[in-house]
Amino acid sequence: MRTVTDVVCPFCGTLCDDLEVDIDDAEKICETRNACIIGDNKFMTAQAPDRHLHPRIRRGGELVECTMDEAINKSAEILVNAKHPLLYGWSSTHCEAQEAGMALAEGVGGTMDNTSVCCHGPSVLAIQTVGIPSCTLGEIINRADTVLYWGCNPVNAHPRHMSRYSLYKRGFFTERGKSDRTEIVVDVRKTETAKNADIFIQPEQGRDYELMNALRVALRGEPLPESVAGISRADIEKVAQTMKDSRFGIIFFGMGLTMTRGKHRNIDIAISLTQDLNTYTKFLIMAMRGHYNVAGADQVSQWECGFPYAVDFARGFPRYNPGETSATDILARKEADAALIIAADPGAHFPIDMVRTLASIPMIAIDPHVTPTTEIASVYIPSAIVGIEEAGSAYRMDNVPIRMRKVVEPPEGVLTDKEIIDRIHRRVMELQGLEVPEVTAVKEPAEASAFDGILQRST
Amino acid sequence: MTSSDPVFTANLITGRTIEQGVAIEGWKDKQEYIDAAGFVHIDPSEFKTLNVWPGSSVTVKSDFGEVIVRAIKSPYGPHPGIVFIPMGPWANQVVGTDTDTTGMPSYKGIIVTITPAPGKKVLGAIALIKMTTQGGVEA
Ligand code: SF4
Repeated sequence: MRTVTDVVCPFCGTLCDDLEVDIDDAEKICETRNACIIGDNKFMTAQAPDRHLHPRIRRGGELVECTMDEAINKSAEILVNAKHPLLYGWSSTHCEAQEAGMALAEGVGGTMDNTSVCCHGPSVLAIQTVGIPSCTLGEIINRADTVLYWGCNPVNAHPRHMSRYSLYKRGFFTERGKSDRTEIVVDVRKTETAKNADIFIQPEQGRDYELMNALRVALRGEPLPESVAGISRADIEKVAQTMKDSRFGIIFFGMGLTMTRGKHRNIDIAISLTQDLNTYTKFLIMAMRGHYNVAGADQVSQWECGFPYAVDFARGFPRYNPGETSATDILARKEADAALIIAADPGAHFPIDMVRTLASIPMIAIDPHVTPTTEIASVYIPSAIVGIEEAGSAYRMDNVPIRMRKVVEPPEGVLTDKEIIDRIHRRVMELQGLEVPEVTAVKEPAEASAFDGILQRST
Repeated sequence: MTSSDPVFTANLITGRTIEQGVAIEGWKDKQEYIDAAGFVHIDPSEFKTLNVWPGSSVTVKSDFGEVIVRAIKSPYGPHPGIVFIPMGPWANQVVGTDTDTTGMPSYKGIIVTITPAPGKKVLGAIALIKMTTQGGVEA
C-alpha cells in the first residue's frame, strides 16, 4: 500500500490540491481523503472494470473495436479531408494537450474552441469590454469580510470552495472564518448555498441586469422605485449598504448570469458595480469556472494566438468573433464538415439541434469514459485520465497555475490526450506531404521528480 | 396527452447539481445519470395544477423540442413559475440554438409547457441522444 499526498483534484475549477489517495499493492486506487463526493467519485471510478480501453470506429452503423493505428489514421484523414473542421472541448485536460491542440487546429485550418463558449465566454467578452478588478483565492481567505454569490451555487457545483477559500476558512484578517464574513446570495431559487446566507435575495428570473443597475443607483444614494426585479427598495438599499460598509468584498458569479438573458451584459454591469464599489471600499469580482482547466484552455489559447476561445484558423491566421466563430454557432449554422471533440461532452451539454449537426458529420471523440458524444462518434479513442493517470498543468478559477500529479499508470495501451493529439497531428502532416519533425521525449522537470519523491509515502 | 390534461406553463432554468456532478464521471451510460439529471424540479405548490404525483413522468416541451422526465418536488422553493432540470442531455432537448451572437445558448429562461405523461419511461442518456440524432456517421 502507498499513499500519494498533495494530489490535485481534476474535476472543478476549485482545483483542490490537498487530496490523499491510497493505492494498494495491485496498483488499485482504494481510498481518497479530503476530496468532496464528486472528486472522490472521479478517482474511485477511474479504474472501473467496465471502462472502455480500446479505440472504436463506426462500421455498419455500430462502433466496433479497431487498432490504435487505424483510429489515428482515420482521425487524420477526417481532419485533412474536411474544409472546416471544428476542434472543440479541451477543458478537462492539461495545458500541454491544449497546446498540442492549438498546433493541430492551425495545421488543419480548423476552428479551435473550448467549453468557455457555454460557461464563462460571456464573462470573457465583458472583461474585454470593461476590464476586471480581481485577485487570487488566497486574498479571499485572508481578507474578504463580505462574500456575495450571484447566480452560482458552490455547495453543488464547487463543493469545497466555501470551506477552502471563500466562506468558512479562517484567514489573517478573518480569524473566525464565517463569523467574520457576511454572506449574501442572489439566486432565483433558495439553493443550498442560499440557505446558509445572512442575506438572501430572490429576484425575478432574467432581471439581474436591472437589479445590479438598481444597486448602483442605491450606492449613489439616488432615488429608486418601490421595487426592481421583484426586490423591494428597502432590500436593495440594505444590500448596497452592506457592500459599502465592508472592508474587503468579493462577488463570485456563475451561470445564473452568463446563461441568462443579457449574457455578457450581465457580467459587464456586475464588473461595473464592482468598480463603483471601489469608490467606497475594496471590492473584487471572480468567475466561478466550472471544468478544472477551462481557465487553462483560455490561457493557452491566449498565449498561442492572442484570443482565449472561438478561434478560427480557416484563413491561415487566427480570427476571433464569438457568435460567428464559436463552436455553438458553427454547429447551429451547420458549417462544420468534421469535428474532433476532446475533454468535453457536447453530446450531453449542447442544445439538441447542435448535437444533431455533430451526429451528421464525421466526428472523432477522445474521452476516458463513454459519453453521449463518444456514442455518436465516427471514431472513439479512449484516453488516460489527466490528474490521475497523467501529470500536467492546470489553471485554477483565479488563474493560478497548479501542477497536477499522476497517481497511477494508465491502463496498458491507453494513450494520454497529448499523445493522441500529437500522433494525429503527425499523421496529418504526412497526409499533407509536410516534413514530420523528430519526436523529442518531453521530460518531467527535475524538481518535479524530486518533489514527487517527497510527496510519496509508504504505509 | 389528452385534451382534458392541464397545460402548465413555466420558465425553465437548467444548471448543476452535486448528484449530476458525481454521475458525469464514468456513469453517463448508467442508471445513476438518469436518476441525477433526468428530472424536473417543480415548486411543491404547483403539483395540483399539474395534476401529477411527485415522481411520475411528465413531458416538458418548448419551441425547440420535448423530453420525458420525472417531476420532483423542488427542495429549493418557493419558486412558483420556475422549473429546473439539471444540465445534461434531458434538459438540452428543449434548449434552443440561438446564442444572441455571443456563442452562449440560452440555457436559462426557456418557456416550456409541462403535461402528465403517465406510463412513459425516462430514457437513458445515450439512448436519448441516439434517438434524437441520426446516431453518428461512418468515418
Ligand atoms: S471542490 Fe472541486 S476540485 Fe475540490 S475536491 Fe470537489 S470537485 Fe474536486
